[in-house]
Amino acid sequence: MQTVVLRNMKKNQSGIIKAVSVGGVLGRRLREMGLTPGTEISVCGRAPLKDPVAIRVLNSILTLRNNEAEHIHVLINNNQ
Amino acid sequence: MQLKIALAGNPNAGKTTLFNQLTGARQHVGNYPGITVDHKEGCLLHKNKKITITDLPGTYSMTAYSAEELVARDYLVNEKPDVVIDIVDSSNLERNLYLTIQFLELGVPLVIALNMIDVAKDRGIEIKVEKLSQLLGVPVIPIIARSGFGEKDLLEAAIDTASTSNNGNTTLDISYGKDLDSALPELISLISENNFMTDTYPARYTAIKYLENDEQILKKGRQNNTEIASRLEEIVDKLADHTRKTLDVYPEAIIADQRYGYIKSIIRQGVETHRFDTDRLYTSDKIDKVLTNRLVGPIIMLLIIFGLYQFTFSWSELPITWLESFFGWLGGIVENTLPDGLLKSMIISGVIDGVGGILGFVPLIMFMFFGIAILEDSGYLARVAFMMDRVFRMFGLHGSSVMPFIVSGGIAGGCAVPGVMATRTLRSPKERMATLLTVPFMNCGAKVPVLALLIGAFFAESKALYMFLFTMLAWVVALLAAKLLRTTVLRGDPTPFVMELPPYRFPTIRGLLIHTWERTYQYIKKAGTVILGISILLWALMTFPGLDNEQKGFFKQQRQETISSFSQETVKELDLKSKPSSEEAIALAKKLNTIDNAETEAALRYSIAGRVGRSMESITRFAGFDWRTNIALIGGFAAKEVIVSTLGTAYSMGEVNTEEPESLGERLKNDSNWNRVVAVSALVFIMFYAPCFITVVCIAKESSWKWAFFSIGFNTFFAFLAAVAIYQIGMFFQLG
Repeated sequence: MQTVVLRNMKKNQSGIIKAVSVGGVLGRRLREMGLTPGTEISVCGRAPLKDPVAIRVLNSILTLRNNEAEHIHVLINNNQ
Repeated sequence: MQLKIALAGNPNAGKTTLFNQLTGARQHVGNYPGITVDHKEGCLLHKNKKITITDLPGTYSMTAYSAEELVARDYLVNEKPDVVIDIVDSSNLERNLYLTIQFLELGVPLVIALNMIDVAKDRGIEIKVEKLSQLLGVPVIPIIARSGFGEKDLLEAAIDTASTSNNGNTTLDISYGKDLDSALPELISLISENNFMTDTYPARYTAIKYLENDEQILKKGRQNNTEIASRLEEIVDKLADHTRKTLDVYPEAIIADQRYGYIKSIIRQGVETHRFDTDRLYTSDKIDKVLTNRLVGPIIMLLIIFGLYQFTFSWSELPITWLESFFGWLGGIVENTLPDGLLKSMIISGVIDGVGGILGFVPLIMFMFFGIAILEDSGYLARVAFMMDRVFRMFGLHGSSVMPFIVSGGIAGGCAVPGVMATRTLRSPKERMATLLTVPFMNCGAKVPVLALLIGAFFAESKALYMFLFTMLAWVVALLAAKLLRTTVLRGDPTPFVMELPPYRFPTIRGLLIHTWERTYQYIKKAGTVILGISILLWALMTFPGLDNEQKGFFKQQRQETISSFSQETVKELDLKSKPSSEEAIALAKKLNTIDNAETEAALRYSIAGRVGRSMESITRFAGFDWRTNIALIGGFAAKEVIVSTLGTAYSMGEVNTEEPESLGERLKNDSNWNRVVAVSALVFIMFYAPCFITVVCIAKESSWKWAFFSIGFNTFFAFLAAVAIYQIGMFFQLG
């Protein structure tokens, strides 16, 4: 088990959110879209210019910019 | 008694589909004052009961951070609908219930519509409806909004809830963890003892909003009772300090976590069961494998955008021609029936051209919105934003800005009017304003004849190259201007991009038609009246005060002198036949025509617009423009293609055919005031100065008149600086 930020996760990698370390409007927005600790997410892919990133969370697909993905810490399995 | 129902729910949960299904065509769009969030109302009869339904904007939460959320919240609090129907996407229950929980905390009478129950079933998701209803304490009705399944049950449940929940609503109290739960009673008792906003919000709700640091409630609180407000804020600050020290989080984060925790606990009590592995690829994901593929994706996107462009501008051509010939026919009738004079001139140039100008855009707007509605309703537009965001973000814009730019003339020949209206698909306010203000820089279809005229006259050897260069220039300037705006008047951090890629869905024809009609109608209704007024005003500017008798006499005398210099037979021949054949008669007709043209030129020069044009010569000569160009530029504010015809009048060329302006081009080429440098300076000015007033009115309607005037001032100032720079540098190096 190892914690990485979402920004550095690879395609098809999945894990469980450990922390969302940002406040204010962005933090609120991330949380209301379901990105809260304990939620499972997986990376679906990235846009042609490698930014933004698309992730699957709670049965829907969300996209966020890399600098927003930086605040999301994810616990992943090393075997992946 | 009339029943008021509000529809609420997450974006993409099928809210609009249900609204259309319930109300059909009996709906109208209104705007909330000051902001551009649509407010749709419709009505229906159910068992002889008249029901009004309000479609609230789709939101994920009830915080106060976007205009949509504020509108939804204020509506629920102020209008107090009899019942709220919360539309929930069955295949995404957990996230959708986040909003539901907040409705329950506010204590509004609620009915849950569990939408797309069929899609959930296909995905192997089984939902125990009764269990969910029992746990949440509100009716839950499974529906399929697209087909109308469950609609009757839903209405029954809504009417039922509305009639039973009149006396004192119960609110849902969920636990927010040790720290918050221990602070809540203190906050609540302070609020209820002092009746602090209790007639609007339940006490516990206000307390939670204080913990969430909700700006709107904090502000209202301070206005309501400064003392209580500061005591509440003090308690919250202390608690926030504590949670930050011990848990490294703010209370608002704890609240969100606990809400999701509560939802999870409900779902785990057997509400939702999955038949297949959740990692399974759905059809939508398979489509995305291709459409957002890193190599193929952008190519397909270009093709689709080009297709939309073709569809909008080629297919709308025919109805536009019909409209044009209809208005031409109408003008002809007026021409032949009314006596010559001011009234006739005003009806033809002011009213008919004005109304024709407004309606001429209607097919264009209809086709564009139909195309965009397909892309939007199918879910593809979100993918475009996803793919293009990296590029547009560099200029302080949003991935969704691409569509308005293309429509406005990103591929030469678009139109800024539908372009400005297409910015509605952008949800981030600052990015949207920056897009709105810069799309008029693109080369719209009306600028193309002007470009063709000047390029054809001065750069005939490489027309295509120059056309391409000027299209590129438009892009560069528009994007840089956006960047400039975003670092000055529209400064601010980018709005969070976080966005949902909804699953691909087939748009319903009904939805597409309602979408298209609604937006087209708004254009006609809102822009129409203003545009007619301005059109008449511009006509007046270019007509009054008209030549005085002495001047008129001068032209009359010239005419008579010319006629008397020809033989009687020649004059007779010209009078009788519309197309004279003898050389003599042709020569006479030509001479008379020259005098007519000279008179129109004199009248234009003498008009208010002409005087303004002449008085501005002292400034515009720095950019190389004489008074004739100035008048044409004033006329161009009516519509850019008018520049060509006004230049024609100002150069005594009479009527110039916009499609074949070669003769005017020759005239300009041989004029001592014009050369290549002046041509480039004029081109740049025309490309970037004030948008035509139809666009300006649309900008005002989409934002405010303040921004509309800003766009006139900013664009003209910028264009003038650029034109002066080009003229001065060009003349210095003697490039002309």
